[in-house]
Amino acid sequence: MNDTVILQIKNLKVSYYTDAGRARALDGVNLTLSAGEKLGLVGESGSGKSTMALAMMRMIKPPGRIESGQVIVDGTDLIPIAEEEMLKARLSKIAYIPQGAMNSLNPVIRIGAQMIDAIKAHKDESTPDWISTEDMEKRCKEALTSVDLKSSVFRMYAHELSGGMKQRVCIAISILLRPKVIIADEPTSALDVVTQRQVMETIDRVQKQIGAAVILIGHDMGLMAQFVDKVAVMYAGRLMELSNVKDMFTDPKHPYAQALIRSLPNLENKGVFNGIPGMAPALLQLPGGCAFHPRCPKVMEICRTQRPEPTTLPGGRTLECHLYTTKA
Amino acid sequence: MAALLELKNVTKIYSRGLLTQVSTTALNNVSLRLDDAEPTVMTVAGESGSGKTTLAMLLLGFISPSSGNIYYKGQDIHALRGEERMMFRREVQAVFQDPFSVFNPFYTVDHLLTVPINRFKLAKSKSDARDKMVEALTAVGLRPGDVLGRFPHQLSGGQRQRINVARALMLRPKLLVADEPVSMVDASLRANILETLRGLQTNYGVSIIYITHDLTTAYHVSNSIVVLYRGCVMEAGDVETVIKSPQHPYTRLLIDSIPWPDINRRWGETEIKAKEMDLSDNTTGCRFYARCPYVMEKCKQDPPLFQLHRHQAASCFLYDQHPVIAPEKLSDLLPV
Repeated sequence: MNDTVILQIKNLKVSYYTDAGRARALDGVNLTLSAGEKLGLVGESGSGKSTMALAMMRMIKPPGRIESGQVIVDGTDLIPIAEEEMLKARLSKIAYIPQGAMNSLNPVIRIGAQMIDAIKAHKDESTPDWISTEDMEKRCKEALTSVDLKSSVFRMYAHELSGGMKQRVCIAISILLRPKVIIADEPTSALDVVTQRQVMETIDRVQKQIGAAVILIGHDMGLMAQFVDKVAVMYAGRLMELSNVKDMFTDPKHPYAQALIRSLPNLENKGVFNGIPGMAPALLQLPGGCAFHPRCPKVMEICRTQRPEPTTLPGGRTLECHLYTTKA
Repeated sequence: MAALLELKNVTKIYSRGLLTQVSTTALNNVSLRLDDAEPTVMTVAGESGSGKTTLAMLLLGFISPSSGNIYYKGQDIHALRGEERMMFRREVQAVFQDPFSVFNPFYTVDHLLTVPINRFKLAKSKSDARDKMVEALTAVGLRPGDVLGRFPHQLSGGQRQRINVARALMLRPKLLVADEPVSMVDASLRANILETLRGLQTNYGVSIIYITHDLTTAYHVSNSIVVLYRGCVMEAGDVETVIKSPQHPYTRLLIDSIPWPDINRRWGETEIKAKEMDLSDNTTGCRFYARCPYVMEKCKQDPPLFQLHRHQAASCFLYDQHPVIAPEKLSDLLPV
């Protein structure tokens, strides 16, 4: 792992304008990622994980809008550039494996044709060596082999493949143009444990090969412990805690992160369930102050009125919690 | 002891093709029994394609077995008619995987819960029906005021899944077939739903068949476990023993692949052999043959079940020094 910063997200804000009001789905998120680093983004449904991925790809559709902020990939801010340039940047700079990607393959077109389409749509003009179809085919087959599929998959249809294989095809497509950042949104949520492990090991291997940074979105903390270097916990559109995986699992600081870790089943305490009481807040009517305060076991007076600002603890952990701002 | 539900040598074969009959054995000679006297939670575990959902469909009577029989309280469920059939429908309830697609989006929660009340004539009056709803919703940990009168899209996945459980509970079932009830629910809410399920067994005496691929949750809710692979029972027994000391190479692979939320416990180093693409029928031999790291020549024959301990059996030739037990006797070694 080297220390070149490959992705910087600065104060990213996204809102959805609905009839019932403005929902702040992403409320000032800051994040930095180096080449080769793997970040896990966890949170409940509706916490803004997928919105963040879509915002990075600039794929937020109305009524949603990116209000402000920067997404700097490899030195270029993606937010202000023209739509055609963004089209080129997708897949060649930043790739996205959406949730349930395996169901997005076209059932009546061969896998190979879909891969070539992807190259044609997103390749840079600066790469003339892939112009010929043979070269593109060669590149696709290489990508398929690197995700442990036979190159004969190139000529197959989606229905001939199992779920895990389809998911690996999607990973192969995402690495075709060697992007700097790969965002995987719950890539294994529909797969069983053994296939899940295979898919995750595949992502791990290809990201090492091409030296890309990976953002893994999900709510499975177990998967995070196995796979990522850093974990970011999201709640109501904000990053509650960001720290390396070891600190997160051995010594979580934010009360929400603590509750998340505690709710995980393990083999020591059979039959003990520690759910998180209460419900995730509706984004349209966020509670005042810290969004987590109605569910927080350590709630203080200040939490109800004032929103905590991000603080950095020694060791590079970032937190948004009054417990730590007042002490520091 | 009388059996609540009994599967006797059940096989289910799906055939397709008009001229070239291609068949897939989804379930191969499975026998199980749940006792009437003591409610228990039994897990049926396996990866996709292992036949676990086929098993659920068979238990609920949605499809009929190709051979073998399924008995509910001693009667073949496909021979039930009239009153008895209604009773079976009422006493055996299901909770399915996807809490987003099982509700009619145009019905409010009240309406959804009224349908079974009217169908089975559970309530004498409207206020009685209302009381029943409130009671069931409270039992699954929902505040009736939060959910009654709302439409499904206004509720979270966890709430919807609990409404499913409440709907089943209102009918006072004897058996609940839960097919992957938490796999589409947020991790932070899983614990709540599992606790609700467990509570059904302890407080209301409901037996549960918990179908899942997630062995960690299986460990927490169930008493016994049956591991399926491509329609065959690989290993079965007491959940404590099977999860903590798995014997069959397939169970070991499954347990080795659980992403433990523990940074000191990494995925095993063992390379996994990719799943064979060809899922068509190889009717003889161990189904795990192609992927097994300990594969032997004799694995080309069907391995019987070997009883390893009082509460554990595995279908693998690695254990051929142990006594063989007939598939019908499998339930005897599952603890309640």
